Amino acid sequence: MFIFKNADEGNINFIRKLLFFHWPLAILILATGAFGILMLYSVAGGSMLPWAEPQLIRFIVGFGGMIIIGFIHIDFWRSLTIPAYIGSILLLIAVMFYGEGAGAQRWIDLKVIRLQPSEIMKVTLIMALTLYYSLIPISRKSSPLWLIPPLALIFLPTFLVFSQPDLGTSLLILISGFAVMFLAGVNIWYFIVGAFAGAGLVSAVFLSRNTSWQFLTDYQMGRIDVYLNPSLDPLGAGYHITQSKIALGSGGLSGRGFMQGTQSQLDFLPEKHTDFIFTTLAEEFGYFGSLGLLIIYALMVIFCLLSAAKNQYKFGALLTSGLAVMFFLYFFINMAMVMGLAPVVGVPLPLISWGGSAMLVLLGAFGLIQSAHVHQPRG
Amino acid sequence: MRKLFSEQNIEKVRKSVSRRIILLGLGKMTLIGILAWRMRKLQIEDSEKYRLQAEENRINMRLIPPERGLILDTRRKELAVNIGNYKLVITREETSNPKETLVKLSKLIDLDDKEIEKILSNISKISPFVPITIAEHLSWESFSKVVLNLPALPGISPEMGLTRHYKKPTSIAHVVGYVGPVSKKDLEKFDNPDPVLQIPKFQIGKTGVERELEETLRGKASLSKVEVNATGRIIRETERISGFSGATLQLTLDNELQEYAYQRLSGLCASSVLMEVNSGKIMSLSSVPTFDPNQFVLGISQKYWDSLLNNKLRPLSNKAVSGAYPPASTLKMAVALSALESGILSKNETFECPGHFDLGDQRFHCWKKKGGHGKMDLKQAIAQSCDVYFWELARKVGIERIGNTAKSLGLGTKFDLPLSSITQGLMPTKSWKKKKFDQPWRVGDTLNAAVGQGFTLASPLQLAVMTSRIASGKAIEPQLIKSIDGINKIQKEFADLNYNKSSLEIIRNGMFLSVNNAKGTAYKSRIMDEETAMAGKTGTSQVRRISMIERETGVLKNEDLPWEKRDHAIFVAYAPFKNPKYAVAIIIEHGGSGAQAAAPIGRDILLNAFYYNRKSIS
Repeated sequence: MFIFKNADEGNINFIRKLLFFHWPLAILILATGAFGILMLYSVAGGSMLPWAEPQLIRFIVGFGGMIIIGFIHIDFWRSLTIPAYIGSILLLIAVMFYGEGAGAQRWIDLKVIRLQPSEIMKVTLIMALTLYYSLIPISRKSSPLWLIPPLALIFLPTFLVFSQPDLGTSLLILISGFAVMFLAGVNIWYFIVGAFAGAGLVSAVFLSRNTSWQFLTDYQMGRIDVYLNPSLDPLGAGYHITQSKIALGSGGLSGRGFMQGTQSQLDFLPEKHTDFIFTTLAEEFGYFGSLGLLIIYALMVIFCLLSAAKNQYKFGALLTSGLAVMFFLYFFINMAMVMGLAPVVGVPLPLISWGGSAMLVLLGAFGLIQSAHVHQPRG
Repeated sequence: MRKLFSEQNIEKVRKSVSRRIILLGLGKMTLIGILAWRMRKLQIEDSEKYRLQAEENRINMRLIPPERGLILDTRRKELAVNIGNYKLVITREETSNPKETLVKLSKLIDLDDKEIEKILSNISKISPFVPITIAEHLSWESFSKVVLNLPALPGISPEMGLTRHYKKPTSIAHVVGYVGPVSKKDLEKFDNPDPVLQIPKFQIGKTGVERELEETLRGKASLSKVEVNATGRIIRETERISGFSGATLQLTLDNELQEYAYQRLSGLCASSVLMEVNSGKIMSLSSVPTFDPNQFVLGISQKYWDSLLNNKLRPLSNKAVSGAYPPASTLKMAVALSALESGILSKNETFECPGHFDLGDQRFHCWKKKGGHGKMDLKQAIAQSCDVYFWELARKVGIERIGNTAKSLGLGTKFDLPLSSITQGLMPTKSWKKKKFDQPWRVGDTLNAAVGQGFTLASPLQLAVMTSRIASGKAIEPQLIKSIDGINKIQKEFADLNYNKSSLEIIRNGMFLSVNNAKGTAYKSRIMDEETAMAGKTGTSQVRRISMIERETGVLKNEDLPWEKRDHAIFVAYAPFKNPKYAVAIIIEHGGSGAQAAAPIGRDILLNAFYYNRKSIS
C-alpha cells in the first residue's frame, strides 16, 4: 500500500517527538496569538472583556490541541480524511437549513461553540485532495479524466459556501484547492488556461450586471464597485476602506502608541475587533508593527514550505504545503483588503481576529503540519 | 503498475513536488513584497495626509456664538438689545416615546400635528443624542408652564439663547435696520465667511446699521475643540479659544427727537433729517410709513410681509437717504451762490418778474403767474422764491457753475453713512446728458435745473447737509456713529467751503426773509422767539407736466388731483438764525405745497429739538 518511504510506524517515542517538533513555528504561532490578544485588549478600550479573555482561553485550548494533534501520527489523520471531508460537506448543507448569521447563514450554534463549517471545510478539502493525489498513479495526474474527481471535490464546497453567501471564504476554498492541484504536479498549462478562463468569468460577471442572469447579488456587486472606487460611498460601504486607510496611514513609522490609536479608540474603524483588526495594530504600532507582523507571517509560510520540501512522505509534504497556501491566503487577502488592494470580502486576520472557528481550525491545521513534520521519514 | 513505483520514479515525483513548492513559495513572497510595499506607501509616504484626516475625524469644532453688540442712542438709551430666547429642545435618547412627549407638550404650547410630524421625521434622521429645537421665542408664561411640567415630559429640555430685540421699533426701523437668520444668499456675499455664520439660524444684520456695521456688531465666536467618536458623541473638550462680544455702538441719534419726528410725520408718506449744523451729527432721521423690525427677527409672517411689499407708500424704504426727489426751489440757494461767487450778479442787482420768462418761442411760467413778483432783488427773490429771477441768473451763470456749487453743498454726493441704499441723487451736467440721452444740453435744461426740476434729484439727507453747509460755511459731513465701544468716532474739523462771507450772508438773509418776511413763502411757519428764529426755504416739486390747456382753464389745485399726481412738499431750514445749531430737511411725497405742508412740520421738529434740549439741560 505505501508507495513512498513510509512514515515511521510510531516507533519514535515521546521524547523524540518532542525533539522533532517544529518549535520555531510553534513560537511564531504563540507570538502571533499574543499579539492578537493584545490588540483585542486595546480595541476594547483597555479591557480583557469582551474579547481578549475569551480569545485567550480559546487560544490556550487551541494551542494545546495543536500540540496533541502534532503528536498523533500523520497516518491516523490520513485515515480520517474521507469521513472528515464528507462530514464537513454535511455540515455545510446543514448550515443552509439551521444556520444563522448577519445577512448570510454561516454558523451553527452548538451551544459550546458557534461553529463555522466553511472554516473546517478549507482544511478537509486540502486533506481530501492530498489523499487523492497520494493515491492515484503519478502518470495519470494530468490526464483530463483524472482531473474530474478533484475538481468535483473543490467545486462542491465552493458552491455551498458561495451560496451562503460568503464570497471571501468560497474564493479561499477554490484557490486553496487549485493550489493543492498545482503542488501535486498537474500540468501547468491547465492553470494557465484556467487563469484565462477565470479572467473571462470575471468579465462575464461584470457583463451580467443588471441582466436577468446576474451571478452575484447586488450586495456583492456593490462591494466590488466600492472597492474600485471607494469615494462612491464615503459614508456607506466605502467608509470601511476610507477609515481603514486613514488608520493605517496615521500610524506612520512608529505608530501612535499602544491604546492611543484615535481611529480605533473612537470607533471610527468598523469591525475593529474582527476583519479590520490589522488597522488597529498598524495605527498603534506603525510601520514597524505592521511590517513586523508581515515578517512573522512570511516566516511561518517559509518554515512550512521548507518542512514540506524536505518531507519524503508525499501525503505529508502535499498536506503541509497545501495548508501553508491556505494560511497564506488568509493573511494576504485580509491585509490586501484593509489596505485597499482587494475588495472587502470578509476574511479574518489569521490567529489575531476575534472569532473562534477560524482560530481553532487554523491551530488544528498547524497541528496537522506539526504531525507531518514530526512523523516524516527520517533517514 | 510495478514499474510505476520504482525508486527512480519516486525520486522524480518528489523532485517535481519540491519544484512546485519552490515555485509557489516564490509567488507568495512576491505577493508579500507587494503587501510590504503597500504598507510603506500608506504608512511612510502618505502618512502625513492620513494623520491629518485622522485629526479631522477626531476633532470637532463647536462654535459658541458671540453676543451681538448693543446699539444705543446719543444719550446711551438702548435701541437694539439682546433678550432671552426661550427655547425647547428634544433629545431622542432621553425619551422612550418621542411622539407621546410631543403630544403632551402640544397641550402646553402652540404645536400642531403637522409640526409634530416634522419634528419626528427630523429626529429620526439624526443621532439620538443630538438635541433638536422644537420651539423658540416662547413667552415667559408658556416657557415656565413647560418647565413646571418637565417631569411629565421626558426628553424635553428648556434652553435659553439670545435674540435681538428693538425698543421703540417703528421709529428707528429704517436707521437701525434689523437682523435675521443668515441665508445661503448672505453666505455667498462673503469671500471667506466667518465660521460662526454656519450656525443654523445665526442672526446677521439685513438692513440699516445692523447690516452696514455687521462685523463690528457681530463679535467673535468662542471656539470649543472637542474630541468626538465616530457617532459624533462628545468625549471631552480638548481646547477652548474664547472670542469676544460685538462692540457697543452709540449713534448720534436722539431717541426722543427721533420719536417726535416719527410721530409728527405719521400719517404721511414723508421723511425728515435733523442734524447739528456744526458737527454734522444726525439727531433724527425719519421715514414714514415704517415697519416693525421685531417681526423680522421672530420670522416674519407672509401676511405682514405681503402687506409691506404691496403698500404703495413703500414702508421698507428709508426715504430720508434713498428717496431721490426734484429739490425744487430749495436749489435756488445754490444758483444764487454760484451767481454771486462768479461775479455775474452784484449784491443789489434787480430783475423784473412779469410772471413768465421767454426763451425763444418757449414760455416759462413763474409759480406766481398773475402779474408776477415785480421788481426783485436777490434776497426777496429767495424769500418769495421767484422763478423768473433765477431763470435770468441761471441763463447767465450756466449749468456747469450751478452744478459745481450744488456739489460743493452736498448735492449729487453719496455720503458715507452706515445706512442701506443711500442715493447719490443727481446734479446733471452737459456731459452727463450727452452720455445718458445722447442729446446736447439746452438752455431750457439749465432753466429747469435752476428751479430744481428736470433732471436734478436730491434726498432729504443731502438737503439737510446743504442747509448745514450754507449755515456754517463749512464742508459738514453727516455723522451717525458717535462711538464704538466708548471710542469717539465723531469727526471734529471740517474744511471751509471757501465762499465769500458776504455771499453766504446774502443767501442766509434771503432764507431768513423767506420765513420771517410777510411776503416770504414760509411766513406762516415762522418762529416768533427771536432767540430761536429760523431761516429756511420752501420747495414744491412738480411731478406732472402742466399742459397749455390747463394753463388756459386754470391750474388744478393739489386737493383736486389724485394723490400720486400732487406735488412733493419740501422744506429746509436752520435755527437759530444768529447762531445756527440745527438744520432740518423734510420732504412729503405728494404733500402739496412746501409752504403749507412741509414748513410747519420742519418748524416743529426744530422747536422740539430746542425745547427738549433746554429741558434736558435744566
